[in-house]
Amino acid sequence: MNVTIVDYNSGNISSVINSFKEVAKDKVNIEVTSDLNKIKSSDKVVLPGQGSFKSCVGALKDIKGLVDTLNDFAINNKKPLLGICVGLQMFADVGYEEKETKGLGWIPGKVSIIDNQNRKYKLPHIGWNEINITKDSKIFKGIENKSHMYFVHSYEFIPEDKNIISATTDYSSSIVCAVEKENIFGTQFHPEKSDKIGLKIINNFINL
Amino acid sequence: MLKNRIIPCLDVKNGRVVKGINFVDLKDAGDPVEQAKIYSDGGADEICFLDITASNENRDTIYKVVERTSKNCFVPLTVGGGVRSVEDINKLLNCGADKVSINTAAVQNPKLVEESSKKFGSQCIVVAIDAKKNGESWEIFTHGGRNSTGINAIEFANKMENCGAGELLVTSMDKDGTQSGYDIKLMTTISSNVNIPVIASGGVGTLDHLAEGIKSGASAVLAASIFHYGSYSVAEAKQYLASKDIPVRI
Repeated sequence: MNVTIVDYNSGNISSVINSFKEVAKDKVNIEVTSDLNKIKSSDKVVLPGQGSFKSCVGALKDIKGLVDTLNDFAINNKKPLLGICVGLQMFADVGYEEKETKGLGWIPGKVSIIDNQNRKYKLPHIGWNEINITKDSKIFKGIENKSHMYFVHSYEFIPEDKNIISATTDYSSSIVCAVEKENIFGTQFHPEKSDKIGLKIINNFINL
Repeated sequence: MLKNRIIPCLDVKNGRVVKGINFVDLKDAGDPVEQAKIYSDGGADEICFLDITASNENRDTIYKVVERTSKNCFVPLTVGGGVRSVEDINKLLNCGADKVSINTAAVQNPKLVEESSKKFGSQCIVVAIDAKKNGESWEIFTHGGRNSTGINAIEFANKMENCGAGELLVTSMDKDGTQSGYDIKLMTTISSNVNIPVIASGGVGTLDHLAEGIKSGASAVLAASIFHYGSYSVAEAKQYLASKDIPVRI
């Protein structure tokens, strides 16, 4: 089996690569590439993302044919895809970081800044927070409700259809932190930085 | 609920762990990767490496240490010391650091904070502020605490937030190495003046000092010697904080 981590100059993806390689050992081949043919032929795709919504969407578009290839992979061919952090946020129709920017439009909704309630809450939301698992998601197999995951973000995904939400976390308000829509998975938190429990989520995705 | 973070810090020199008392008098004590692994297995919420002599000596040792650590520890790793340019930051991130902390260069060239937070995202840019009491206020120092600047620490903290820093790592020069507790007033003043998380540093000698640091308004507490010399384990620190009703990840 091949799992491809999309390398599209979205910032620092070393930790994502290291964690997937740690979990995969020699059983699964982990590719790190922006090569369209390799993405097409892989069994699963990971879409990381750091920095702003605008810069990540921009970086995706800078690689000719990449958005179409991802659309084919996830929407037409319905193969498993995992978005992490801004990778998840880009599933939305639109994001408002820096300036209004169109997303991939895979899951209707928007990405807005977290309400800090008049500076009562610090932003970014950085650190370990508990997740409230709201539905049985395949990537949460063996993960206990209220497990701690590592977060670092200032913007949140607000999907229109609440049924696709698989977990939330409580900060200044209830924040969507994981989604599952058919073959499309996403986590706002960083499984690659969430210690053994995070690696378990990665393992679940690899073994889908 | 977001938990308060405990961050053990390892001072690294030529790829080996040391801890200074007031930034001098170094003792050598081990492999940073092994230490980091012990910390992360013990429940450390993040790991911090400070490359203390990076400015003058062989830089490349730290890259190898970061690379090896990131293949063995799956909690966030912050690396600081001698970071001067966007290229330095890029190299550390590529080796597997999750955040980079900038000290002297942020003072000399605030544009570096602006540029790097735009390029890599605020989430990976930590500005390290070394502050020393000066009358009723605090002044920042650079070059590992050797050079005074005349710059007010609170004003500088605000400026760094505006430049795009994601977090501030605030060290009290007066307290560092004394094991007499954080400079609580400094931590409270800075964290109430900025809207980004503050990591308290400098002066921890007991577990109660960690509790005081959290109560001061800091989002995270950093400590070196108490963990490094085995006075307390990270797990003990967390148990203690939990017993004081301070939310931590256990």
